[in-house]
Amino acid sequence: MLKRVHFPTSLLPYLLVAPQVIITLIFFIWPASQAVYQSFLIEDAFGMSTEFVWFENFTYLATDEQYLGSFGRTIFFSVCVAFLSMSAALILAGFADRIVRGATTYRTLLIWPYAVAPVLAGALWVFMFNPTLGIFPYILEFIGVDWNHYLNGNQAMALVIFAAAWKQIAYNFLFYLAAMQSIPRSLIEAAAIDGAGPVRRFWDHIFPLISPTTFFLLVINAVYAFFDTFGIIHAVTQGGPANATTILVYKVYNDGFVGLDLGGSAAQSVILMFLVIAMTVVQFRYVERKVEY
Amino acid sequence: MASITMKDLVKAYGNVEVLHHVAGEIEDGELIVIVGPSGCGKSTLLRMIAGLETITSGDVKIGDKIVNDLEPAERDIAMVFQNYALYPHMSVRENMAYGLKIRKIAKDEIEQRVQEAADILEIREYLDRKPRQLSGGQRQRVAMGRAIVRNPQVFLFDEPLSNLDAKLRVQMRLEIRKLQQRLGVTSIYVTHDQVEAMTLGDRLMVLNGGYVEQFGTPIELYNRPATLFVAGFIGSPSMNFLPATADSGILKFGKAASIPSANHAAGAVTLGIRPEHLVHDDAGPIKITVQMSEHLGANTLIHGVLEGTDTDFVASMLGHVTADPGSTMSFSALTENLHIFDAASGKRIEG
Repeated sequence: MLKRVHFPTSLLPYLLVAPQVIITLIFFIWPASQAVYQSFLIEDAFGMSTEFVWFENFTYLATDEQYLGSFGRTIFFSVCVAFLSMSAALILAGFADRIVRGATTYRTLLIWPYAVAPVLAGALWVFMFNPTLGIFPYILEFIGVDWNHYLNGNQAMALVIFAAAWKQIAYNFLFYLAAMQSIPRSLIEAAAIDGAGPVRRFWDHIFPLISPTTFFLLVINAVYAFFDTFGIIHAVTQGGPANATTILVYKVYNDGFVGLDLGGSAAQSVILMFLVIAMTVVQFRYVERKVEY
Repeated sequence: MASITMKDLVKAYGNVEVLHHVAGEIEDGELIVIVGPSGCGKSTLLRMIAGLETITSGDVKIGDKIVNDLEPAERDIAMVFQNYALYPHMSVRENMAYGLKIRKIAKDEIEQRVQEAADILEIREYLDRKPRQLSGGQRQRVAMGRAIVRNPQVFLFDEPLSNLDAKLRVQMRLEIRKLQQRLGVTSIYVTHDQVEAMTLGDRLMVLNGGYVEQFGTPIELYNRPATLFVAGFIGSPSMNFLPATADSGILKFGKAASIPSANHAAGAVTLGIRPEHLVHDDAGPIKITVQMSEHLGANTLIHGVLEGTDTDFVASMLGHVTADPGSTMSFSALTENLHIFDAASGKRIEG
């Protein structure tokens, strides 16, 4: 065994990590512990008195049909967003990888949507799909679709899924393209000589070889759909109609700041916090592993 | 099995021509080595034959079919890459079977052909391993196995041994040669290593700067190099060159030294003499100021300069020869071992 190097104890290392520790304490540990504490309280509607109730907020959530419905919707929403944005990004990256001329131009253009703020992305889609003045409802009318996401919950859900997926394509595209470009060219050429056409080469070689990236993106996209889509939903549907697009993170906001049920809202955010922790653990345990070859 | 014909092949990237009108015929069952320094276009030429690079102009014929516009898969070729290009996510067996599977060959026939190839290459016990669990030499064998199971008309080798250590390289070189002779498949082998080229090839095509310098058997290239470049490239240690003036059968060089020659050349020439053709002769016309000697065991390399000039000179003597730095040694050479090249064009002047 190698001898470990010993440095004389001094204050310096503690000073150097202090800023990071302070930031974490102030902006994460403190609010998180406040949320946990708050989730054990019930306030009256006027904020005059609070009562410590242990897990009553949580047991109530476990039986609340609206909350459980929102849970199911969130999972459906996340699966759709992840699948749509990842498959679109995969196709785009597959084509961008084959291009030689003008590759940087295409790449730059495809990355742009990522620079759009979520609320603005939502606003764009609201205008495009506005039932009275949007271009898409006008076009959809020709094929017999009566579009009104203010009234039709399924259409509202579809709209936020598209908007959220569209925004994430650029991010996924970047990772997929980088993964594809790290595959040795000669490997693909060997497959071509072996007689595999472009589609076959993609499914037999490129797709399996970028599977670590796919898994990584799956976790990232799930986290994105769970937590970062608040802005889009707030701008497009505000959780409506009739809660059809109220996913968990939107319900936290709605119950807390609109419904003023601070304890219930805190309990929901504590549940979400544990979900994030679980996903992060999954990511570190399995994704950080190196590619198998 | 098939012959390959290259007719007036040109490769250009935009306005930059990198291969200039390459032509040559490769007979059925022959092993041709394309050799040249890096950047000479040898890999590009191979990739054009494989169909991995487009052909700017000219024709490539495999058998009697022009294949210019065919996909690599349709040319009935197999290629061994420098980095082996094995599929990392597939086992050795799957790697070898992949090309056959795509051609929709029956399962038991695939298995039989993979087993046969594995026996030939002695990789039977590795069939279920992944490429990353193999050593460099074993990967090289798998890459060759993947080529031979397909039973193609042509093998293409793109510097297949350059990632191996020296000892393994010599061993694999012999094996490639044996395998090629046994299967009788027309092969093109690209390398920058002249020893590999000399030992492997039925014929060598020496490329330099996109031009074919010479295309012939190893012995032809050694005995009668067509240009200064070939003369310097083939043979190790490489040929000595001295500026000389030819005048009615006498070559004058260095400081008032001269040697008779049977060549009719006149005027400024470059005289080439291989180090191993120099004979120690105290009355010889070639006088060398010794700088250092290298003892290789079987022979001794004496490095020095031509007396009174700064032209580098190497002589290879059999056995152990002692030569003190600073001393002068004299050599002579047989007339038929003198190579005379035009000083301006570098082309060989035939006697």
